[in-house]
Amino acid sequence: MSATLYERIGGEAAVNAAVEVFYRKVLEDYRINRFFDNTDMDKQIAKQKAFFTMAFGGPNNYTGQDMRNAHSRLVKSGLNEEHFNAVMEHLGATLTELNVPANLIAEAAAIAESTRKDVLGQ
Amino acid sequence: MYTLTIDESNYTCQPGETVLDALLRENINISYACKKGTCHSCMVRSTEVPPQSAQAGLKKTLQTLNYFLPCQCYPEQDMTIKLPDQSDFYRMGTVIDNTLLNRNTILLVIAFADAFEFKAGQFVNLQKSDGVTRSYSIANIPQQSNTLEFHIRRLPDGKFSAWLHDEVSVGDSIAVSEPRGHCFYLPERREQGLLLVGTGTGLAPLAGILTDALAQGHTGPIHLFHGSRDIEDLYRIDEMRQLAAQHPNFHYTSCLSGKNVPEGFAAGRVNEIALSLLPDLKSWRVFLCGHPDMVNQMKKQVFLKGVASADIYADAFLITPR
Repeated sequence: MSATLYERIGGEAAVNAAVEVFYRKVLEDYRINRFFDNTDMDKQIAKQKAFFTMAFGGPNNYTGQDMRNAHSRLVKSGLNEEHFNAVMEHLGATLTELNVPANLIAEAAAIAESTRKDVLGQ
Repeated sequence: MYTLTIDESNYTCQPGETVLDALLRENINISYACKKGTCHSCMVRSTEVPPQSAQAGLKKTLQTLNYFLPCQCYPEQDMTIKLPDQSDFYRMGTVIDNTLLNRNTILLVIAFADAFEFKAGQFVNLQKSDGVTRSYSIANIPQQSNTLEFHIRRLPDGKFSAWLHDEVSVGDSIAVSEPRGHCFYLPERREQGLLLVGTGTGLAPLAGILTDALAQGHTGPIHLFHGSRDIEDLYRIDEMRQLAAQHPNFHYTSCLSGKNVPEGFAAGRVNEIALSLLPDLKSWRVFLCGHPDMVNQMKKQVFLKGVASADIYADAFLITPR
């Protein structure tokens, strides 16, 4: 069997590197940083690691319902398609910055994209 | 099969079972949420060095103290576990100094008969005879004389700080808990830049961390920024200036955010001054202590300036409501 996306992309080390770059982009983006104003940074980084592990197809037990529950409060305060697109943009830019090959970025983006309806509570 | 010991009771961890699952099966009251090693809700401490895989993702200082995630832990030996809510062990110390550092802060020094093990920058709970406790940071490094130093600010309407200021005197006994907290210096990457930012008695843990780093031969630049609104609420200014004169790699800036700023002091908020003087913090290690708003704001600010999240150590001083 060929290596999983998670293995090909570099496993846990890649997740750790990506989260640092990604979270900086998110906090600096005026379109979406208000959603992170009241979050504890350490807890948020732990969650981002889980998100990246999932986007890389790594070991995770995320269910669509988890995604719905975790974001329902944000949906109530206006989280919409544009915000989701902004996050997808940062995901792509982060992996490009870390020199991840384009075909692997596409695979990761497709996995992240698959959570759109759950995240936005649709 | 390995034995898990908590508070003198023994439990069995079955092969292939995590420590968390074993404790839940035994009806031990332990908080947990994700069971995936992400949320860190179930974190506990062990007497033995835990398996490496059970410490993944934890801060280096927590790893050093044998903290681990029971949801990720398949024991490799018998383990003695301390739950977070387990009552602290208190030791009696004797007050040997209680003097004013400034108009509202005292230096309290407590001596112990035997060695008191701690890392500079950690905190303990002090306990009054009525059982009320409050957390205070240790301001010195472990001493031959087995003494702990504290800087204690009198809080408006603060009964506990008033008791320490007005009633506790030299010769009195006082109950002190085991040390806690993971905001301390680890002697590695000695060439790394260290940024220490504190407000008010946030200087206490930072002074301990600074002394420790210098004593362990840290070679990288060390910048300490101490701030308050008025000059009357700063302290140890001369000592810090002297220390900076003695150590070429140590730099000290005292900051005042109020109107009256005499020569030799920086005008403005301590975190903003630190950020303007040190524009590039990539690969630095940062310690933040004091007012929760400053600490939480600065955490994000230094992260955006390039500090890795694992290199940010923070101790926000929360005030216990009466």
